[in-house]
This record gives sequence, structure tokens and C-alpha cells, in this order.
Amino acid sequence: MRKIIEASTAAAIGVKLSRPQVIPMYPITPQTHIVERLAEFINDGELDADMIHVESEHSAISAAIGSQATGVRTFTATASQGLALMHEILHIVSGMRLPVVMEVANRALSAPISIWNDHQDSISARDTGWIQLYVESAQEALDTVIQAFKIAEDKNVLLPAMVCLDGFTLTHVFEPVDVPSQVNVDKFLPKYKPAFCLDTKKPITMGPIAYPNSFMEFKGAEHLAMKNALKVIKETNTQFKNQFGRGYGDGLIETYRLKDAKYAVVCMGTIVGTSRVVVDKLRKQGKKVGLIKLKSFRPFPIEEILKVTKGLKAIAVADRNISLGQEGALFSEIRSALYGKSKTIVSGFIAGLGGRDVKEETIEKMFDKINNGGTIWLK
Amino acid sequence: MTKLKISCGGIIEDVGSTKANKTGGWRTFKPVRDVKKCIKCMKCWMFCPDHSIDKNIEVNLDYCKGCGICAERCPVKAIDMVKEEK
Repeated sequence: MRKIIEASTAAAIGVKLSRPQVIPMYPITPQTHIVERLAEFINDGELDADMIHVESEHSAISAAIGSQATGVRTFTATASQGLALMHEILHIVSGMRLPVVMEVANRALSAPISIWNDHQDSISARDTGWIQLYVESAQEALDTVIQAFKIAEDKNVLLPAMVCLDGFTLTHVFEPVDVPSQVNVDKFLPKYKPAFCLDTKKPITMGPIAYPNSFMEFKGAEHLAMKNALKVIKETNTQFKNQFGRGYGDGLIETYRLKDAKYAVVCMGTIVGTSRVVVDKLRKQGKKVGLIKLKSFRPFPIEEILKVTKGLKAIAVADRNISLGQEGALFSEIRSALYGKSKTIVSGFIAGLGGRDVKEETIEKMFDKINNGGTIWLK
Repeated sequence: MTKLKISCGGIIEDVGSTKANKTGGWRTFKPVRDVKKCIKCMKCWMFCPDHSIDKNIEVNLDYCKGCGICAERCPVKAIDMVKEEK
């Protein structure tokens, strides 16, 4: 059914259709609408789940561990300072291999206080062992959360997943969305069967100590699971496409008008939408430009990036985050992926921090300065 | 140190595995009870965080880490914490 809805509602509907049984929630701007909608679904009897009111995000994610450990599908959502407060527990969720799914309504981190969008919150959680998928539209937010459960729960993955959607720029925007039926989603995402869980009839120990003779092996297994996720994300995207008639590139990255392009912009989240418009505009002027949308930041699709950038003269990487004293995270990673294997010039652009608009002109400036090879702040 | 099985998420399927790991070796002081002073109030048994004191008020030195909570809680000061001789 096609509806005009807010992206937060779309994201919440995606969660509802995935049938989580427990949702610990702690509202924070700009994630609030997502958990408000979920609270309404539970209240109206549309979603059979237990909502746990907690006193902080640290507790929300801790409760999610407890719930998922008992073998039930668990969801939570947060943003910004909330994600930062969860930080130590994020490592524990992934280390315990619990496939919790969380929506992050991307927002800047204080100080100064900012409630507006950038990617600093989730980028700062890059190394926590969570899968990170960045979405561009309300439709993609809905579809991706359903896929995220399937990816996270895959027996070759068993890692938690974040679905990152830009605060306000996406969360508070109304768009036409095709809402899939419960029957079809149930076919795509069957009832959750935990790989292991707490059970009084068959007790196990979870979260024990690992001495120096085994810690690295546990981390190695997690790293391998994250690498496995590359394949699983692709397969899940294909399966979704076959069943619902729409997909997002290969699941990891998506290209736009890249076939004969000489220059391309690489970006994540809502900047992608604006970039599509700019690419169309520059194409009309006869410029051979294209777009690479990075959807999966973790795991990072090195091979796919190498493949699609082959033959490009230069790429402009747009970062809505800054590793102070160095450069944008996406820029570092793209350059690292291409190092020694490509002659493509990689230029970094810091833009849209703390809710600063990334306009068509901003993207055009990136194309103008695409051969510079360093990092430029676009204010 | 025996090498652990690298299970998914570090789960341990064999119950009671903590028994195999005798943590008494961490101890610097051990509790010594004066049976003449002891009034058998069981506060030491109740408060021992490692369940290392049994109902006969005997200390299991395989697991007692010497925290001294039993001595602290004893209302008649019947427990002394004595430095281990190694």
C-alpha cells in the first residue's frame, strides 16, 4: 500500500513488520518519532511486543542484551548523545554475538549543543562491531530495517546492526512509501530462531572472561563474521528485490550514472539524494559525472569500491563527520581501500556538520575541486 | 591456563565451569575463625560473596579470595584475617 508518511513512521512500520518481541526505549531528538510510533502500535494492539521504559540509553541497550539473550527478537533506537552513552555496551552486544537491531537518527555530538544532523554519532561508534547501514529515503529506511534483522540473525553473521538515517533531514520528512504487507514480510523474515539463548532447562554461561590465550581468537571470529556479512547483505538485498520488486544497488553500494563517468562523488545518507540532482544537472551540461552511494559502512565493501572506481580520474568523498586532527572517516577509508591498487585521485570534503545544509551548490563545489587530493571544508 | 573453546560469543555450554577455576590463589589474607568466640549467627555465611563459607562455618580455601567481608560482618570479632604464608 502506497502512503505519504514521515520517514520516522516508515522506519517504525519497518520495525513493526519485523515483529520484535521486546523494545527497550529511551526517546531522544531526533529519534523520538520512531519510538513514539512504536509505542502507539503497541498501545493499539498492532504490535505484540513488550516496551521497556528505561532510565537512560545505557540501560536501553543493556536491557536489549538481556532480552536478546533470552532468545527473542529485540529492537531499540537512539541518536547522538544517546548512542555515545551506549558506547561501552555496544561492544558487549557484538562481542556476545547478539543480533540486536537499532535505528540511529543521526545527529551531531555536543559541544556546542546541536540537535541537528551529521554522522558524528554513528561514525564514532564505527569500531564497536556493529553492522552500519546508511539510508537515503523513507522507503529505504523501512526496507532496510527488515533486511537488517535478516542480516544480523544470519548464522554466518550473528552481529548487531544499526540502520542510520539522517536526523530531521530524513526522520522528519514526509515521502511516498510503499508499505509491504505483513504476509510478505513474514515470508521474507520468518520467526526468529536464536543460535543460542538462556534457558533454565539447558543452562549456558554468557559473557565470560577470555584470557590472553583466547581473546584474539574471539575477536578474529567476530571479524570473520563481519566479513561474512558482506556476502549476506548482498544476498539479502537480492532476495528482497526478488520478493518486493525494489533493491538498493548490490546492498552494499549503489551507483548512479557511473557507466561512462570520469568523475564521481561518494557519499552516504541524504546527501545522496541531492547528489543525484547535481549529477543530472552536470550531465545535461555534458560533464561525465556519476555517483557512488555507500550504504554499508561496516562491513566496508573494499572490493566493490575498487571495482566501481576503476577507470575514474577522480572521486570526491563527502564526509558529514570529522576525525579532528585528521580528516573525514569515509575519505580515509576510501583512500585506504584504493591505496596501491588505483590511480584515481581521492579528494575529501567536510560538509554538513551540525545540520549545515548540503545544497546542490555544495556538491557542485566538490566536483569543481575534485582533483585537489586533500581535504577541504565546505562551509 | 587451559585454552578455551572459541564458541560463538564466548558461550560456555558446560554448567559449573566456575568450579574448575580455583580462584583462592588470588588471596593475600585468609579468614581464621575462633570457634570459642563464634556465636554461629551465620552472618559470615550470609555475606560471603563467593559462597566460600558453608553451613558448618568452614571456609573453602579453594575459592575464598580473602576479601574480609566475613571478618567485617562478624558481630563478636571471631574472625581474624591472617596473612597467607607462601
